[in-house]
Parts: sequence; structure tokens; C-alpha cells
Amino acid sequence: MKLEAIGLKKYFPLTSGFSLRGARGWVKALDGVSVQVAEGETLGIVGESGSGKTTLAKLFLLLERPTSGSLLFDGKAVGDFGREDFVRYRRAVQAVFQDPYSSLNPRMRVGQIVAEPLPRDNGMSRPMVAQRVAEVLQLVGLPRESPALYPHEFSGGQRQRIAIARALVTYPKFIILDEPVSALDVSIRAQILNLLKHLQETLGLAYMIISHDLAAARYLATRLAVMYAGKLVETGECDAVYAAPLHPYTEALLSAALPLHPSARRQRIVLAGEVPNPVNPPAGCRFHPRCPRVLPQCSSQEPEWREVKAERFTACHLY
Amino acid sequence: MRAAKHDVPWFPGLVLAALVFTAVFASYLAPHSPTAGDITQKLIPPLWMERGEWEHPLGTDRFGRDVLSRIIHGSRISLIVSLIAIGVAGTIGTLLGLISGYRGGVTDAVLMRLTDVGLSLPTILIAVVLVAVSEPSFSNVVLVIALLLWPRFARQMRGETLAIKEQDFVALAVVAGRSSAWIISRHIFPNVVPTLLVISTLQVGYVVLLEGTLSFLGVGVPPPSPAWGLMIADGRGFLATAWWISLFPGLAMVLTVLSVNLLGDWLRDHLDPKLRQLGRAAVLEAPAAASVGPVDEAPVRGAAAGGDGA
Amino acid sequence: MRESSPLLVVEDLKTYFFTRRGVTKAVDGVSFTLHAGETLALVGESGSGKSVTCLSLVRLVPEPAGRIVGGRVLLEGEDLLQKSSAEMRRVRGKKIAMVLQDPLTSLNPALTIGTQVGEVVRLHQGLRGAPLRERVLEALRRLRIPAAGTRLRHYSHQFSGGMRQRVSSAIALSCAPRLLIADEPTTALDVTIQAQYLELLKEVQASAGVAIILVTHDFGIVAAITDRVAVMYAGRIVEMGSTLQVFDNPSHPYTRALLRCLPDVGLKREQLVEIGGQPPDLARLPQGCPFAPRCPERQPICDETYPPSVPVAGGHAASCWAAPGAKARA
Repeated sequence: MKLEAIGLKKYFPLTSGFSLRGARGWVKALDGVSVQVAEGETLGIVGESGSGKTTLAKLFLLLERPTSGSLLFDGKAVGDFGREDFVRYRRAVQAVFQDPYSSLNPRMRVGQIVAEPLPRDNGMSRPMVAQRVAEVLQLVGLPRESPALYPHEFSGGQRQRIAIARALVTYPKFIILDEPVSALDVSIRAQILNLLKHLQETLGLAYMIISHDLAAARYLATRLAVMYAGKLVETGECDAVYAAPLHPYTEALLSAALPLHPSARRQRIVLAGEVPNPVNPPAGCRFHPRCPRVLPQCSSQEPEWREVKAERFTACHLY
Repeated sequence: MRAAKHDVPWFPGLVLAALVFTAVFASYLAPHSPTAGDITQKLIPPLWMERGEWEHPLGTDRFGRDVLSRIIHGSRISLIVSLIAIGVAGTIGTLLGLISGYRGGVTDAVLMRLTDVGLSLPTILIAVVLVAVSEPSFSNVVLVIALLLWPRFARQMRGETLAIKEQDFVALAVVAGRSSAWIISRHIFPNVVPTLLVISTLQVGYVVLLEGTLSFLGVGVPPPSPAWGLMIADGRGFLATAWWISLFPGLAMVLTVLSVNLLGDWLRDHLDPKLRQLGRAAVLEAPAAASVGPVDEAPVRGAAAGGDGA
Repeated sequence: MRESSPLLVVEDLKTYFFTRRGVTKAVDGVSFTLHAGETLALVGESGSGKSVTCLSLVRLVPEPAGRIVGGRVLLEGEDLLQKSSAEMRRVRGKKIAMVLQDPLTSLNPALTIGTQVGEVVRLHQGLRGAPLRERVLEALRRLRIPAAGTRLRHYSHQFSGGMRQRVSSAIALSCAPRLLIADEPTTALDVTIQAQYLELLKEVQASAGVAIILVTHDFGIVAAITDRVAVMYAGRIVEMGSTLQVFDNPSHPYTRALLRCLPDVGLKREQLVEIGGQPPDLARLPQGCPFAPRCPERQPICDETYPPSVPVAGGHAASCWAAPGAKARA
């Protein structure tokens, strides 16, 4: 079972005042992204603000519809889904978001929150539901009395566990993790990251982890995809990318991620400039205005997406 | 304003409790009939004045009807009109506001224009026209007031919905496969209830005044009902000589509206920030609030978002 | 650049919050010194007291609930805690400046950048007209804000997050303060923007000789740009030393645990070692060491008495009963 995106584009219209007049322009949040997640693996999506990673997550979760391109689940395009397919998809693909406070409805009890994704019309009786809820709560390490309590009675880390429990309740195959530990205290992050790793190993889950924290992504990911300004700039096996990045942006990104020792050797590549305007991205390669290794053709020609080495893809005129 | 949080609203609470009590047990509390008057007893001043008597503590009007009894029965009218009008307007307004806020797009645009129309109508004028056109009756008054009131609810509820819609748990409910109807009723609505309570309370004052005004103008509850507005109107011709006929119902109205507004303010201060605090306080401010204890102890109860640092 | 006498001496600073729930000891006996041109990191998680410590230094602790109940804060020999509010106003912005975490709310959206930078300069240096404008431009250029001349007429929404942080920093540095307190200045910024900002900060520090107190939870930043580090937990400093010392030889179990539980971008770890339990409730601190419930090296004495500060090496100390030589000092 595979989750695949092919050429996904998502443009948001820029409208002025009255929505009745046409769009003044388009915010090109995602401009042709193709990735896939296979069963049991973890794809790390890294990038900064404006990279489009959150939009990608929303498309995978069917929270937005792509402007063009397609999303394939187990070979079938989402565009061709019937009602049954949607139900299956929702059960197989779940999510954990960044903010443990806004992820849980403060007025619902934990038991109800966790049980929400369970289909009501599928003959799951109350005791069955309760049992499943108890199971997942145990999986994430929360106490047995949790279902009757309210979210405000839990700490940030515990709330994130509740969110993870909810994501597990339908026996999903894929979980989209959008910055799952960024809002947590540092000492709690390890707990949650370890939990996620453990769950993946025991339950055979596939993750798509979106993170701006390169260290956290490295810990969980088997493959890495680097995004910039709505496009993919590099993909490859995680350790390989970290060890020897191909794209100059990946290099800069990695050098900006600070190692944990004062004398650790690192290349200091400090990028000039800002993330480009998504309404009017630079011509040619989007990164060229900031690229330390820019070539003359970079400003006019968009580089092709190519397999440069074994299983290592990038779009750059250097190759 | 930290002190304000712990003020129990004694004054408005007691007044309103007394009002409700009076309204419910009016028949037992009022010493005389509110509508049957004894002409021989007309225009008797309140008890502490020269011709006053214990029999009629607040005096009588020009028909010999006991003012106190009329005020007591009038409270019932004010209460019932408020409850029904707000109930109807609140229900319609909330429903429309929730749908409008959640669906967005064309639905929202259309409903909001409708609300705009509702809000821009000159209240008194329309009320007078509507009630004058139809028979002045109790139910008509209630309906007219409800009609004028629903846009306020719709507006507020839409605003609340828009804010709650942005919360992650709504998106996650969609990811869980839930329908819009489920999300609106199980996620949005429970979170707008505090605001709904606050608005409802604050509208009571407005409704009491509106009903009073309509009655005063003669297009409200029809006589001989002891509606406070009618009583004030009745006493208009006697302001210099038998001022008590208008004054006391006026005071009753002021007291009621004031109390209700104070209660509404307290509710707003007390409910809204707490609701927001339940969300983010623990992350933002210095004192982290979880218990000291061995690993994997049971979760802390209620300590998390005490949020006094906020 | 090191002068012989320290710029800032903080002695046993205590700041408590008095609330309905009780007394929250946000800062409970913090002491450190700082020399000119030095960068000290205050590291800790939420509730450690690092932000409240900074607010206490400039006496901006939210009242009436918060109060500095003890200690001394000596800036160039003068105790700031004894000064009147008028005197403190002359200190803030001129001698001590702050940069905060959120660039969005640090700037007033209704005023131009030029006005906001100018406000501080005008207040502390009494400049007007052309000299004022010059100084403002200088401040903006020092933070490498491009096209400063035009941009001073712009509003905050016309700047990106990273640029806004630079503007905030320009405001802070415009009157050449001796001490800059930066409270999580890059937490809200993208990683590459953070890199830009930190480089810039170092540069500015080198040229202006300003001392920096950097509050952060990110050990990567600590390793990259600081000279000394103080690790805070439950309102106290549990370990302090030069950055190299603390990273090479972390002597407090909390410091060790933190360093072990962080994923490192440089290597693929097999397992992150967790710190169990939850951060402490500052309103109900135990009698002994507040880290004891989560500490892998907990001993009975840890629950009874707060450990003394034990020197580990020159300039490096940790407050822990398990540190060698701790018992001797008891």
C-alpha cells in the first residue's frame, strides 16, 4: 500500500475586497510536487516557511483539493474515489498536528476525543469502542482513568499522546505528523519521539513527518525530501542526504542546523536574502537569488528533476 | 483586574433571583389583583406620604389598582417576554450564525447580508409599525422582538464560529471523517455556549427596555396588562400629582436591566478568558503547572491551566 | 575585551508570584556574574525561571502578583533593585536593552520603523532632526537592514519575520547599551534566518562590546555562540560554567539528561534517552532538590536538602549531591 503524490499543485487565489471579482494573482503554495510514502517507512519533509510543506500535508489529508496533479492511494486516484474509498482512506490516513492545545476540543472528554475517528455505522458497539480506546491509550502510555478526563487536566506532552492515540484508533497505515514535537518542552520531545519510533516498529506504521527541526527529522526519517518555495529540491535516503547533500539549499539548511557541541565542525553557509514571494517567485530556479553556487542559466531556466545518483534526486543545474 | 475574577455577583444575583421568584409566585405575593381596581381607592399615594396607607404600600393608579401588585405581576410579563423572545431569537440566530461561519462562501455571504438588513432596521420604528399593523397582542410583541433580535445573535455566533474553526481539533475532526453537521454540533456549538450565555444575558436588558418602550407607545402588550411600560404610560398624565404611578415601575425596570447587565458582564469576564486560558496558558507563562511525582503518575487534576501567570 | 570588574553581578535573586494558589517561586536564588563583551546563555525549559530572571533584571516583573523578594542586581556596581522608577527608566534602553521572542508583537504596527527606532534615541540621547535621523540610519545599517533610507518609512508588516527581529534588535542597540538581554530571539524564525541573525549578533557584539544574556532552550545555539552557560531548573541555576566546560563535562544530572535526550543533526542516534516525569509545579516545590523525582542518581539526601553549589573546575560549578566533593561542603 502506497501513498503517492504526482505533480501536486496548489494555488490560492489572491482576491481583493469583494470576492466577486476574479483573482488578482495566485499564491503558488505548492508548484508541482511528487513524493511517495510506502508502507512502513518514514518520509521526512523538511523546509522553512513558505516551502509548502504544510500545504502538502493538507492535501494528503484531503483538507484541501489540489489545483492540479493527483494523489494516489494504493494505486487509485483520489479524484476517482467513491464513498467507500473515502471511508477507507480516512481510516488508513490519520494525522497529528503541532499544537497540543488546539488539537483537542476542550469541551470533550478524552475518551470521546480518541474515539472520534471510529466509524459509527460499522457496527462497533459501545463496549467495543471503549475497549479500543483503552487499548490505544495504553499504547501511548497514558493512565487508565484518562477517558473520563478533560484535556486541560493533562500537560502538553500528555496531550500530544492523546492526539497520537486518536490517530491510532482506526488501525491506520499512514500517519501525517506535522511538527509533532515543536511545541513541546525539550525534555518531553525525546519522550514523544521515542514513542513515535516505538509505535512505528510495533505497529508497522508509515510516517510522513514534516519538520523544520532537522535533528528531529533525522531521528525518525528513513527518506528525506527537502522543499523550498513550493517545490522539491532534493530527495534521497535520509543519512545519505545528511552526509552529502546535493542541492545548495540543502547544504545551507544543514549548516544552519546547529550541532550540539561548541567545537563541532560545521560549514558555515549563511544565506543572504529572504524566502521568495510565493505570488511572484523568481524566474528559473527559485533559489537562484540566494544560491552561493549560482550559474548563469539558473536565472532563466528551471532545472530538471533528475536522479543524480542511486536513489538521489535533485533539481539543480550543477548536475 | 485579578480581583474582579473572584467577585461573586451578589447584588445582581440577588436582585435577579428575587425577580424570578416574584414572577413565579406573583399570584401569591401580590396583595391585590393587578387588574381589578376599586375606583373609590384611586390615586392613593405611597405609604410614607400623607394620605398613604399600608393597604397600598406603593399607592394606586387612576383606576384604583394597587401599584405594588401590578409591579409584581408585571415582572412576570417582563420575564416571559424576555425568555421567549431570547429563546426564539437565540435559536434562530445561533443556527444561522454557526452555519454561516462554518460553511463560508456563498452561504455565508447571503446570510450575512440578511443579517445586515436585520441589523440596520430602525428597531423602534419597525416594531411600532409591525405591531400596529397587526393586532396588539402578547404573542405578537414577543415575535416582533424576536425578529429584531436574531441578527445580533447571528453576528456574534458567526464570529465565534470563525475563531473556533481555526482550531486544529476541527481540522482533525474532518480528517477523522466526520460530517459538517457533526462538527458543528459536537465541536463548534459546545465551544460557543459560554458566549451564547453572555449575549443572552446581556440581551435581557435590551428586551425588557424594548418591551417597555413598545408598551409605553401603546403598541406593546395590550392593557389592562400590568406591563411596566404600560404603567409608565398610564402615569404620564399624572407626573406632577401622582408621580408614583410611573416612578415605581420605572425603578423596577432600571433595577432589572442594571442587574442583568451586571450579571452579563460578570459572566463575560468569568467565562470567556477561562475558556481561552484552558487552551494556551500553560505553554506561555513561566509557572509550569504539573505535579511533582514519580514517572507516569496519574495526570494532574485541574492544576494545568490555573493560568495565574497569564 | 575583558575588564577586571564584572559588568553585572546578580546575587541570590528571588522573584516570587503571589497568587490564589499559593506562592510560585519562579526565581529562587539565582546568582551569576557577567563581564563586558561576554555572552551568557540561560538555558532551561518552560518554568525554569529564565525569562522571569531577565524581567527581574530590568524590573519589569508583572505586578502585583510578581515581586522581587530578595537579592541584589549590581550593574556597574549599582544595585538596580534599589533604584527608583525614574532611575530605572533611565537604565532601560540606555544601559540594558531587550529583544524578545515574537517579532510580530515587538513592533507597533501603527508606527513606522523610523519612528520606533527614533523614539529610543530621542529619549536617551536627546537628539532631534538630522542627527536623530543619522543615528537611526546607523542603527538600521548596523543590523544590515537593506535600503535603510527608504525602509525607515515602512511599517512592520512590510518586513519579514527575520527582518522584524533585526529591527527590534536595532532599537535595542541604538543607544549602545552595555547589556543586551535576548529572550529566545530566534525561536520564531526559520533556521536559515536564525543563522543569519546569530552571525549578525556576534558581529555587532564584537564591534560594540556589548554583553549579552541569551535566553534559550536550544543547546545548539548555546554551543554555537555563547561563552558561558547557566542551566536553570525550577527557578535556580543548577550548573554554570564556560560553554566548553559544560558541554565536555556536564556535571549536573539534568544537564546530562538534556544533552542526551536531544536529537543531533550531526549523527543518527539509535535511541534518545528520555527524561521521565513532568516539569515541577513551582507552587509546590519539594524541600530538597526539585529535580530529584526525575533524577537517575537520586539519593535520600536529595529529597531532604537542596544541594550546595559544588565547584567542578575553575569557573564551573554544579548544585548536586552526586557531584564529587558535594558531601564535604554540606
